[in-house]
Amino acid sequence: MGLLLSFFVVIVLVLLAFGGVEAANLQYLFGIIIPYAAFVTFIVGIFYRVVKWGRSPVPFRIPTTAGQEKSLPWIKQNKIDNPSSALGVIVRMAFEVLLFRSLFRNTKTELREGPSLAYGSAKWLWLAGLAFHWTFFIIVLRHLRLFTEPILFFVPLIESLDAFFQMGVPLLYITDVVFLMAVTYLFFRRVLIPQVRYISLAADYFPLFLILGIGVSGVLMRYFFKVDVVGAKELTMGLVTFNPVVPEGIGVIFYIHLFLVSTLLIYFPFSKLMHMAGVFLSPTRNLANNNRERMHINPWNYPVKVHTYEEYEEEFRHFMKDAGIPVEKEE
Amino acid sequence: MYNGIKIIIGLLIFAALVTFPFYSKMGKATAKPDPKVDTPEIQKLAEKKCVEPKEFMKTEHMKMLNDWRDTVVREGNLIYVSSDGKKYTISLQNTCMNCHSNKKKFCDECHNYSAVIPYCWDCHIEPKENKT
Ligand code: HEC
Ligand code: HEC
Ligand code: HEC
Ligand code: HEM
Repeated sequence: MGLLLSFFVVIVLVLLAFGGVEAANLQYLFGIIIPYAAFVTFIVGIFYRVVKWGRSPVPFRIPTTAGQEKSLPWIKQNKIDNPSSALGVIVRMAFEVLLFRSLFRNTKTELREGPSLAYGSAKWLWLAGLAFHWTFFIIVLRHLRLFTEPILFFVPLIESLDAFFQMGVPLLYITDVVFLMAVTYLFFRRVLIPQVRYISLAADYFPLFLILGIGVSGVLMRYFFKVDVVGAKELTMGLVTFNPVVPEGIGVIFYIHLFLVSTLLIYFPFSKLMHMAGVFLSPTRNLANNNRERMHINPWNYPVKVHTYEEYEEEFRHFMKDAGIPVEKEE
Repeated sequence: MYNGIKIIIGLLIFAALVTFPFYSKMGKATAKPDPKVDTPEIQKLAEKKCVEPKEFMKTEHMKMLNDWRDTVVREGNLIYVSSDGKKYTISLQNTCMNCHSNKKKFCDECHNYSAVIPYCWDCHIEPKENKT
């Protein structure tokens, strides 16, 4: 259900861009107005969501403790998996964000003959996830060639490394191949593993299809249905310099690609893709485990009326003495 | 907000990174490439036309060069018949670069603009450009 729905929504998006540009000549809408609107939604939406998250109090430290806590001097602390300092947290977060360390610890559970429950390592999701995110990032960095003039120094560097095998013309990018394979794996994982399929919703399939659509349209346009890249760059440079222009004859597939990207940007702040910002705000990862070392004051504490033991004794000493209960202060 | 300073700094870094292309140009328009087709060889032509129509060349010339290379190196066929029936000797250096002898003002003009660095010139010899 969610699968088919998401698939058809992406198809409709492609057809919309195709029809809009090919039949209705709405290049200005699809090339200028929608991309601007999408970019603004993306930034404002992310700010809004993050600020909203930031308003939730974190009264107590709840890091996952995956190693020995800081303790007596002769017990060796695991400084990364159970950090007690800001530096430890930074290292832990870096591992988390750059290498998906938690996902690396992913396990699978199986009910075997016996019956016995078996746990095994499951690294494919981690591998495909890492490959997907890194290639996505590198592709976005390479796209900076369309958005900077003079082109940033590292872009040609990445390009030449990425085209290392020098296959075909235009040179085949390794990241393009890995990117498409990784997204395809992530999709099949959802469909073929019954447990994962059971918990998958349209909100899971839609971003996958959308990203697959972006990847496929990009690859088609680079290797198969060539577009006028110089024209495309005139358009993008027009966008970033606020002198929007729509050059003639770039090729409709460029507008399809751009429309899918715009959809992704608009969808981003409202979806699970916000994990991009969320990972930095995960309390189980970004807090130092110093619950006992420091005083953490619950932000929603109000002044509580207390009645200390001293006051209590002061009040009832007389009765306590009479009843033979020991008291701390005489008289 | 709790831990407001850290979160705001994070957001500002994010915004600074994604809007870099915008503020790095400060709204200044950039010149688009202007490949020059005024070499002596082209001036001599009766009809100033490329091997194939201009629109096709613009987007497909790299694929065409790849096909050229394959037909020569793998099939030993040295003649290309264009869509309007003209015959050309297949050669990067002696056909393309004979007409487009101004590589720096022609090929490179576009390629620098779009960060393409064809590796062909590792082996093939660039035209000598002292005339233009
Ligand atoms: C109208 C601008 C333009 C002109 C003029 C031009 N090119 Fe290109 N060329 C491009 C673009 C843009 C690409 C990259 C296409 C892509 O990335 O899909 C390219 C790519 C190539 C490639 C493939 C490079 C690679 O590494 O993938 C070769 C080879 C090439 N051009 C050769 C030439 C030669 C030789 C000339 C001069 C006779 C020339 N081009 C003139 C725009 C141009
Ligand atoms: C007979 C001379 C001649 C030969 C050979 C030739 N060209 Fe051209 N080329 C031209 C002319 C003239 C134009 C300008 C066409 C026009 O303006 O309609 C041109 C245009 C182009 C363009 C489009 C430039 C633009 O402004 O968009 C490219 C790209 C190009 N040529 C590449 C090549 C490549 C690659 C080869 C070799 C396969 C080649 N040419 C061979 C004469 C030639
Ligand atoms: C490793 C060195 C090398 C590189 C790099 C290289 N070539 Fe070649 N190329 C050759 C050799 C060797 C021949 C064969 C020459 C012959 O048989 O006369 C050749 C032949 C060709 C031919 C047909 C014959 C001729 O005279 O032009 C074309 C077209 C060609 N190459 C295009 C390209 C293009 C386009 C690129 C860049 C994308 C490229 N080559 C990169 C070495 C190279
Ligand atoms: C979410 C962000 C995006 C992703 C994942 C993406 C993905 C891709 C991929 C995989 C390719 C194949 C070639 C390559 O890897 O360079 C490609 C090509 C291309 N993309 Fe994107 N893209 C994105 C955003 C954009 C944007 C915003 C634009 C322009 C407004 C754009 C314009 C192009 C163009 C013109 C090409 C063709 C390049 C060529 O022919 O060499 N893309 N894209």
